Amino acid sequence: MTPTVSVLTARDAGLTGCTRCGRVWPEGTQACGRCGARLRRVSTAGLQRVWAWWLAGLIFYIPANLYPMLRTATLGGHQQNTILGGVVELLAHHNYLVAGVVFFASLVIPVAKFFAIAYLALSVGHERRAGSHPHLHLYEVVEFIGRWSMIDVFVVAILSALVQLGAVASIHPGPAAASFALSVAFTMLSAQSFDPRLIWRGPAQAKDP
Amino acid sequence: MTDLSVPLDQLIACPCCDALHHATVLGETERAACVRCGTLLITPRTRSFLHVIALAFTAMILMVGAVFFPFLTISAKGLSHASSVFEAAMAFSDGILAPLSLAVLLAIVALPTLRFAALIYTLWPLSNGRPAWPHAARAFRLAEELQPWAMAEIFIIGTAVALVKVAGLASVSLGPAFWAFCALIIVTALKNVFMSKWTIWRAIEQS
Repeated sequence: MTPTVSVLTARDAGLTGCTRCGRVWPEGTQACGRCGARLRRVSTAGLQRVWAWWLAGLIFYIPANLYPMLRTATLGGHQQNTILGGVVELLAHHNYLVAGVVFFASLVIPVAKFFAIAYLALSVGHERRAGSHPHLHLYEVVEFIGRWSMIDVFVVAILSALVQLGAVASIHPGPAAASFALSVAFTMLSAQSFDPRLIWRGPAQAKDP
Repeated sequence: MTDLSVPLDQLIACPCCDALHHATVLGETERAACVRCGTLLITPRTRSFLHVIALAFTAMILMVGAVFFPFLTISAKGLSHASSVFEAAMAFSDGILAPLSLAVLLAIVALPTLRFAALIYTLWPLSNGRPAWPHAARAFRLAEELQPWAMAEIFIIGTAVALVKVAGLASVSLGPAFWAFCALIIVTALKNVFMSKWTIWRAIEQS
């Protein structure tokens, strides 16, 4: 199924392809003459940046779960909700669909993303595998789905702006909103720093400098 | 097998797996994908640049409405409170969360608008058959790089979740800005369908 035999890569042909616009240049060219993007050789050196953003995202993900996301004041009293607490409350009100959406966007996707990026970076770093379609699909899913984790930040923003009814009910954002937003942004940067061309680099070419 | 005896500007390297291909201008219904990893490389120029410009203009007008018209109105026990999109972004503006306000404002209003403006700037002279304006390549690259950070569609899903959360607490009515925002998402999606990156890059290079 995998047609790896007849494929000539730009790298094999002594060329460097622009990852932004696809234009091909002789190896050693610094910047793409068409779109101006910096040309990067296919190399594992870029993985350091992936790991740096990954770690930053992980660090900010911890306070995002420990601190409250929302502070609600109603006639009944005060209440503080963490991310998980918000999901539990939605479940208690039998809003299963929305609870599922928030659960996926705020908990499942970020955690799965940390594992997926680490797995991709480790597997190409050790150069054990040549081109693999499952790895590419994993990368595409991570790239596509990462930004959707921002849903919870927007929910907090809308609720805090909307629910300002004085003594009856008012909602204010908690510190977790900021650290969650930063965590999502950092993991997006981590995924963007990952060069998918590494997935396809076979062991044969990995040996040359 | 890719023949290397052609000029470099007729080759295209897959940005996802580095496989080399010959680039050709496609017919109405054709599209070109990478032979190895299946990444879409060239989409046909079925709709002219003018379509993209028209949609980008539409999106900008909708954005003005989405920002300044009332977005949502809440009422409970005789009290009511209206909120615009701008106020939603400003929800974080007091205290240490202030930078988050700026980030939300950028993600839902500023960056989408900047992308539309950059697209219009790039494509306007090209669609009239004139040479590209200075820095057109930079403008289009900016529009491409900002794409993951423009989160208008995520904001709308966030609104839907917020509506459900509030439903038990108070009654909410949707303002014109909400519908403008929904229309904006559809127009943006249409624009993305009609746009061929490779065609635009070629037009910039050849002008």
